[in-house]
Amino acid sequence: MDLSFGPEYENFRQDVRTFLTTHSDKSPSGASLRSDDALAWQKLLIDNGYAARTIPKAYGGYGAQPNIIESRIIAEEFAEARANPGLGGQGISMLVPTLLEMGTEEQKQTFVSPTIHGDMVWCQGYSEPGAGSDLASLTTSAVLDGDEWVINGQKIWTSTAHLADWIFCLVRTEPDAPKHKGISFLLFKMDTPGIEIRPLVDMTLNANFNEVFFTDVRVPKHQIVGQRGEGWMVANAILGHERDSLGNPNNTLTRLNALTELMKTETVGGERMIDNPVYRDRLMSIQGRVMAMRFNDLRVLSSRINKDQDASLARMIVKLQGTELRHDLEGLAIDIMGEVGLAFEDNPYLRAAGSWQYQYMYFLGLIIGGGTSQIQKNIISERGLDMPREPKFEKR
Amino acid sequence: MQFGLSEEQVLLQDNVKRFLMEQVPLEKVRAYADGGSDADFWAGMAELGVPALLVPEADGGIGLSPLDAAIVAESCGYHVAPVPFLGSAVMAPTALACNGGYSELLGEIAAGSVRVGIAFGEAVGRRIDADVAFADGKLSGKSLFAFDAEADFYLVASRDHHMYLVAATDVERKPLTTVDRTRRTVELNYDASPAQLVSDNPQDYLDTLDIGRVMLAADTLGAAQAMLDQAVEYAKQREQFNRPIGSFQAVKHMCAEMAAHLEPCRAMVWFAAHALADLPDEARLTACHTKAHLAEVGKFVAKTSTEVHGGMGFTDLVGLHYWFKRCGSNRQWLGAPELVREEAAALQGLV
Repeated sequence: MDLSFGPEYENFRQDVRTFLTTHSDKSPSGASLRSDDALAWQKLLIDNGYAARTIPKAYGGYGAQPNIIESRIIAEEFAEARANPGLGGQGISMLVPTLLEMGTEEQKQTFVSPTIHGDMVWCQGYSEPGAGSDLASLTTSAVLDGDEWVINGQKIWTSTAHLADWIFCLVRTEPDAPKHKGISFLLFKMDTPGIEIRPLVDMTLNANFNEVFFTDVRVPKHQIVGQRGEGWMVANAILGHERDSLGNPNNTLTRLNALTELMKTETVGGERMIDNPVYRDRLMSIQGRVMAMRFNDLRVLSSRINKDQDASLARMIVKLQGTELRHDLEGLAIDIMGEVGLAFEDNPYLRAAGSWQYQYMYFLGLIIGGGTSQIQKNIISERGLDMPREPKFEKR
Repeated sequence: MQFGLSEEQVLLQDNVKRFLMEQVPLEKVRAYADGGSDADFWAGMAELGVPALLVPEADGGIGLSPLDAAIVAESCGYHVAPVPFLGSAVMAPTALACNGGYSELLGEIAAGSVRVGIAFGEAVGRRIDADVAFADGKLSGKSLFAFDAEADFYLVASRDHHMYLVAATDVERKPLTTVDRTRRTVELNYDASPAQLVSDNPQDYLDTLDIGRVMLAADTLGAAQAMLDQAVEYAKQREQFNRPIGSFQAVKHMCAEMAAHLEPCRAMVWFAAHALADLPDEARLTACHTKAHLAEVGKFVAKTSTEVHGGMGFTDLVGLHYWFKRCGSNRQWLGAPELVREEAAALQGLV
């Protein structure tokens, strides 16, 4: 057991701190996607290796060798300094790694640099009304007509579609092949004629998602990643990235600390909530669970550094446990506030700009999105515990 | 950075597992539960060096770390081993090594020739009319649910967090039957029983308590893992409606939930054990939370695994109840989760 990152990383940590002290005034706080501030900050981060760190220089990145400990130190120091960690989004976190692995040289040259610099914003076209957990049953079709794909169908849960320049999209190109082998992965512009975007308001009353309709959308034939019918393979590589990023225990720890502070300030009948043993015990239960997930995260991190260590099950449970835990944590804050926890929007008694209410609902969305808790349990039992699969039914 | 077990620790784990698998199978646990002796089990573990693990080298022990002990505790839980590990191998060596003066006794403990039980109930959470008092070198009062029943000495903790050593021959000892028949407990009555003050420094008591709690958590980790493994195995074999029941989501999701709750507990137990020796600032808090959290997860797994086994899980035939009850007593020993969480809150200035 050795929990230190070693003295060789202390210099690196110091460099990050120095950077943050020098430049933190330029860190945009919750800036919008395309603001000049956000784009300038992103460029500064890339130039110094704090964003797009391992993306090769040839594609506009910093070009460092992948090093999990360095990435971890950067994340820790940015969180500590409450500095903006740079742009995220599905283009940067999901498409770029996929293109680097499976894209053509031309695709890498065309898309990676503008994407990581925030000049090209992407949305993800996967789920459909009839293809949610059973994503591979998607029916949006693309038919080759000369040098163009002609796309017809509908996507749903498409976040940032209304802001995106481009979409990476799963479409069925081989209708006669088995369902996993008939899908292709296409890239196309969101201003292509035939695309209609309708906002989808969720329970937080924000339109975080959209429905996207395609009617005879014509897309150049070469805008495909991988070969025809290989789209499922390409998509699965991306889903792996997504599961890793949900349920991060360090964010949960930040929220736990905020919750503890909330309990010291909120009162009922003049008594601080932290002084009420029932609520205090609920806080302590949550703290124990957060602790378990933090140590689990350390174990997963360690297994990525030490390749002989197996922590595959520890990794597999993170999305399920992390999102459920976060939902419970945010829910306790609501209970702490009682009626005040119901306050919304312009209510003068709103606490923390309504973040508890928002996160409580938002994390219910994350329990469902990115592979529902029930799908996670299928994965854990079938792949983690080697239990038999559900018998498959033939399509009626 | 390396968050996990070393090669030596994996070797230790393999040795203990192999011994328990071969020498303490369920039939032998049953024989003990029906009134048999655990002497052979403990002698075998002494040959492996288990009671010497935490005894300092200068006192004839091996001087290993709490993490090494936690690995053994986990294996003991996995095999519901009827062994006096918690007292003789963990809490007594920890307490007796605090201030020196017990070199000879520690040597005998390390050799497995002397067993020291623990009577901490009155310090942790006094129940009924039990309490102990010490004056003029003599103990009076009584302890409930002291473990183990065949110890040669007892380490007794008082309400003011002092620790005493008393010989079994100097106390009246009555068996107290509990649901957990893999470890026998007794009532100790002290009638001006000659006793030695081991420590009047509450920190020594807390160090002893913390390591005990982490070992109980490790025991639960092992016991719950055994219950999960048995549930998965059973669900793959048992067929209903012409299918293995493990292919039904209702059943496989129960197994997934057990794994999802239990797997982070492994990292938690490792960390808590590591912290006892190497991270003094975090040791108490992680020990409390680990004890409480494993109690909750253990309870969930014990119930759920039994349900996966259906009616068979409820019977004595399968013997799953030995693990169920092991988790149950680990939960109550040295502080039920609510009490321990309140301690965790107090440690952070929240009470």
